[in-house]
Amino acid sequence: MSQYTPLTKKIEDRYNEEIRLRENEDGSELSILNLGPSHPATHGIFQNVLLMDGERIVDAEQTLGYIHRAFEKIAENRPFYQITPLTDRMNYCSSPINNMGWWLTVEKLLGIEIPKRVQYMRVIVMELSRIADHIICNSILGVDSGAFTGFLHIFQYREKIYEIFEEICGARLTTNMGRMGGFERDWSDAAWAKLDKFMVDFPLAWEEFDRLLTRNRIFMDRCIGTGAISANRAIEYGFTGPNLRAAGVDYDLRVAEPYSSYEDFEFDIPVGTAGDTYDRYMVRQQEVRESLKIIRQALDKMPKEGGYHADVPDYYLPPKQDVYNNMEALIYHFKIVMGEIPVPKGEVYSAVEGGNGELGFYLISDGSRVPFRLHFRRPCFIYYQGFTEMIKGQYLSDAILIMSSMNVIAGELDA
Amino acid sequence: MSLTKEIILEKITAKFGEAVKVDAESLDYTAVVIDAAKAHDLVKYLRDEEGFNFLTDVCGAHFPENDKNAQFAVIYHMHNWVDRFRIRIKSFLNGENPVINTVTDLYLSANWQERETYDFYGIEFKNHPDLRRILNMDEMESFPLRKEFPLEDQGRTDKDDRYFGRLPQTNNLPNNN
Repeated sequence: MSQYTPLTKKIEDRYNEEIRLRENEDGSELSILNLGPSHPATHGIFQNVLLMDGERIVDAEQTLGYIHRAFEKIAENRPFYQITPLTDRMNYCSSPINNMGWWLTVEKLLGIEIPKRVQYMRVIVMELSRIADHIICNSILGVDSGAFTGFLHIFQYREKIYEIFEEICGARLTTNMGRMGGFERDWSDAAWAKLDKFMVDFPLAWEEFDRLLTRNRIFMDRCIGTGAISANRAIEYGFTGPNLRAAGVDYDLRVAEPYSSYEDFEFDIPVGTAGDTYDRYMVRQQEVRESLKIIRQALDKMPKEGGYHADVPDYYLPPKQDVYNNMEALIYHFKIVMGEIPVPKGEVYSAVEGGNGELGFYLISDGSRVPFRLHFRRPCFIYYQGFTEMIKGQYLSDAILIMSSMNVIAGELDA
Repeated sequence: MSLTKEIILEKITAKFGEAVKVDAESLDYTAVVIDAAKAHDLVKYLRDEEGFNFLTDVCGAHFPENDKNAQFAVIYHMHNWVDRFRIRIKSFLNGENPVINTVTDLYLSANWQERETYDFYGIEFKNHPDLRRILNMDEMESFPLRKEFPLEDQGRTDKDDRYFGRLPQTNNLPNNN
């Protein structure tokens, strides 16, 4: 372990022993390749310095931080409700999961009870964004391996999901959805109608996409056996989410530590066996079907009563017409906007199953209106460490596929 | 047999005695405060003996108002997947010279998380294989998440907490209002 030398340092003294040995062995010279920072195939701004033997990768090193925006520092100067926009911009493929994860953390700190109906609505939103996340990951994986058709066909359904988000909260990509205790408004009839239509159309389209790609000979040849990682190594590297499950570990926070009433729903946790690119693809493919199952159950079980927010006037903004016409509502509005809410002193850690794995929020509160310290546990940042090991000995073109199958999102990587 | 808070606290106290205390700040999971010198041992003990197979998170924190020996903290979250039990371990470090042993030899996932902590707080992890900055650029000289670097102009008066009937906000130093 202490013998580890980063690749860039090795390159600095090029005639480092390890490289020279390698060069003498077969008479060929190793070359250095910069993949990124802005390369169209990496889907984000991060750099990989690769040491190549012909087309094979001998060693690699990652450079991070190209879009680091110091969210943890900014969060220390923002009242709780102003931190949601920061969480949006972490995994921007599934912003609502981040938003809900943040509200669940705040509600854990403040001890707010959430009505069943709001919890089910949150489950629907989170599963929709998980579907959107997996649509992107799997269809882009197809594009990277040369199969454009599936992507072209399925990507319109991500648009449909965004239309539902737009009906719910007014925004599409960076949603800033929800408030302490619930949603900012009840879902409109249009939102429910769009959701119902989506639930009819999308499952068929997903099976079509599946038929286009999953058993495609070229796709299978490219994916099977590349970038494999064992369950043990995956756990050591801190993998969570679909990438860990592809390696065969059935760890899913929705089951292990149910939040927001996930325990009310029947669903399976798909696991892979080899932990290779194809398994990661297959796990995501199946997870979308499970998410659809959850949404369907949530729609069936959705209570009629319960409103769209918890009854917590200390934390939840009163309706606007009351603010204009009613003294008490005006006071509450002012107090909440100025951050004058009763916040206990203490520490909480709360995690949700994000699109990429365990998305955790560690919050230290000193009783003031801003967090004393807020740490985001970003799954991408932690499992991207395993990338070097996964691409060693692989072809460069496979490394591109491995990276897209890991679904490394630059915003979440750098925060 | 599943773990409970009482069982695990009893075992840790029996093993580490004076070095470990229950962390009263925690509102959710079992939490302990451990002497920095023993932190590595505790993580190793929990991993090997108590089945905490997963290091969820490593992060730092800065408490400039604490006394000199406890101005920095490194916080570990560990998770036992079999018993579904989490524990939070906190280790306070000296404000002048924050040093702690790395846990990279126990969990590979700690590597970048410790680099991030070093990057933000300047906490040195002894025996870390590659302790460099990770998110900020290498030329940077300060450690940006320390509280002595306020994010906003501290001269602003419209955000003075005293106008709202409470003591000045403590987490921005120096507070020159």
